[in-house]
Amino acid sequence: MTLDFSWSFAAQISPALARGAGVAFIAAIGGFFVALLVGAVLAGLQRSKRWWLALTGRWLMELLRSTPLLIQVYFLFFVLPGWGIVLEPVTTGVVALGLYHGAYVAEAYRAVLDNLPAGQWDAAHSLRFSRYHAYRYLMLPQMVLPLTPALGNTFITMLKDTPILAAVSVPELMFAANDVGAQSFRYVEPITLAALAYLFMSGVAALVVWLLRNWIKGRYQ
Amino acid sequence: MSEMIAFDKVSKRFGDTVVLDDFSFTLNRGDKVAIIGPSGSGKSTLLRIIMALDGIDNGKVSLNGEPLWHASAGKNLIVPSRKHLHRMRSLVGMVFQNFNLFPNLTALGNVATAPHLVLGLSRRDAEARGRALLEQVGLGDKLDQYPATLSGGQQQRVAIARAMALEPKIMLFDEATSALDPERVGEVLEVMRVLADERDLTIVVVTHQIGVARAIADRICFMENGKILEQGAPAALLDAPQNDRTRAFLRAVHLS
Amino acid sequence: MEVVWAYRFEFLSGLWWTVRLAVVSALLALVLAFIAGIARSSRSRWLNVPATLYVEFFRGTSALAQLFWLFYVLPYLGIDLTPFECGVIGLGLCFSAYGAEVVRMCIDAVPQGQLDAAAALNLGRAQTLRVVVLPEAMIMMMPLFNNLLIELIKATSLVSLITIPDLAFQAKSIISKTYQSGAVLLVTLLMYLLISLLVSSSMRKLERLLSRGRRLGSDR
Repeated sequence: MTLDFSWSFAAQISPALARGAGVAFIAAIGGFFVALLVGAVLAGLQRSKRWWLALTGRWLMELLRSTPLLIQVYFLFFVLPGWGIVLEPVTTGVVALGLYHGAYVAEAYRAVLDNLPAGQWDAAHSLRFSRYHAYRYLMLPQMVLPLTPALGNTFITMLKDTPILAAVSVPELMFAANDVGAQSFRYVEPITLAALAYLFMSGVAALVVWLLRNWIKGRYQ
Repeated sequence: MSEMIAFDKVSKRFGDTVVLDDFSFTLNRGDKVAIIGPSGSGKSTLLRIIMALDGIDNGKVSLNGEPLWHASAGKNLIVPSRKHLHRMRSLVGMVFQNFNLFPNLTALGNVATAPHLVLGLSRRDAEARGRALLEQVGLGDKLDQYPATLSGGQQQRVAIARAMALEPKIMLFDEATSALDPERVGEVLEVMRVLADERDLTIVVVTHQIGVARAIADRICFMENGKILEQGAPAALLDAPQNDRTRAFLRAVHLS
Repeated sequence: MEVVWAYRFEFLSGLWWTVRLAVVSALLALVLAFIAGIARSSRSRWLNVPATLYVEFFRGTSALAQLFWLFYVLPYLGIDLTPFECGVIGLGLCFSAYGAEVVRMCIDAVPQGQLDAAAALNLGRAQTLRVVVLPEAMIMMMPLFNNLLIELIKATSLVSLITIPDLAFQAKSIISKTYQSGAVLLVTLLMYLLISLLVSSSMRKLERLLSRGRRLGSDR
């Protein structure tokens, strides 16, 4: 069977797709920073000495990690307006991505923090560092390098999750591809291009993460 | 009576293991004591209790006349307030077997950060103090190096400078030379010897290296199973031990 | 809440579709993961390279993009699949790539000493794999497969966007009919949560079963 792939059509729709990819990228970046924040909050909650805070943190994490992103997006999209919070689709998407992946980021924070050598805390205590000073000047800087693989992966996964936002009409790449397909009745080109674009974007992101990691390593040597 | 450190009938256990058993011990100001003994005898735990890194199950520990830890059988440990702990810790400095330098700070950073953040010295004053101390331990040219580029002996010397930067009255050395290559022990031992010359500084050295004990201490204690079995002047204890266990230990260590 | 009760049939029907989809695609993914994973840890170029390409390709693309491609583009190639088949193949291929990485990692993690012992006993490569490597590796794979399985179950919600009437699809359609988004979505979330917890605890039991006799005395 011949695959009727028209290169000229592909070229024609590229700008529309590129715009969608741009939105996807921006959503992923926004979601990434929200996730960093959410992760810190969740990790902080779980380490709290007050049992009800720690329990809340655990339950929230369990909920965010065990339920599909799609349902969480629906939740934010449909329920928030009922509570008086009306957000644009893109913002909704950013928040949803941030919450969902924030749970993973919290787990990464915990793993890296627990794997800091115990001796570092002994030294910090013996030198009478306050908890705040210890975290700020000693522990957090040591956490940056070990966190890069996990955080890098989170970002790449987020990029690949952006098409889910199309379900609430965020004008990202998949949405644009579907749009083109629906209007022109040609689905082959837009969807194939979109699929390849995700491959390309995640590849580039992986490369950037790798370069970043080496740069950070270089600074401490 | 210038009692610097006093342990009064202290017991401590980790799970099922008794680490300190009805342990009593006093150190006066300016004493230089070495504690030797087999591993698991409670030596390191002793230091950690003085540094307030671990608590006790029973008994009383005082520093400079003030109570640090106080616990009685059946009742829980009376945990000192954070301010009290802070004040107690200001008397003590500790050097660890694994150095525990902060890898993200330079040598100077390691030494100067605590004076700056904890004592409130200005950045410039803290760094000046750091520079002076690093010069004293012979690392004046390594100020901007990160721990990863320093040898074990160099790292330990930075660790000593770091602890001394807070001007403690008691210095604790927890197997400070045990993780070093034999050729490197000398440079650290030299720094410890200089410290031992300071009349007012109380020093406790935990080690299984007899040479270190002999070089630094004016009193040696032999510990086993959470109790002190014998103590005395270096010459007396090391060359003519009274206790059978001490004799057995020294013989085993000399053979190895 | 009455809404939920009124539509209980739709919820259960959606749940049934989700479970069916998850089971079938998980099986497909498992089989492919082992094939690709073993191929990737092989020293032979002929096995290693294609497997690596396969894994990197499916790991790098978005799951939803793959589903859409199968659903919209394949018909143009003359291949007409039912949405269910699209879902199974799409999810199966996607997760087989992640599964292959798990398989490979665990195979590589088997201590060299075991391989040496097997060589000393003159076991062939296939025998070593079957008798020595895989049993050990599979125990390590359990927790990782558990995580992937949870991810798979969550990913089944994507097929609601290619017209499969799974749990997510039902939720959306009930919302558009009744506008009672809060209760509906809450129940949906809880149902997925429940499935996840059930799966996790079963996987843990399975892991315990497999590692019988290998753990020292008490459960530390």
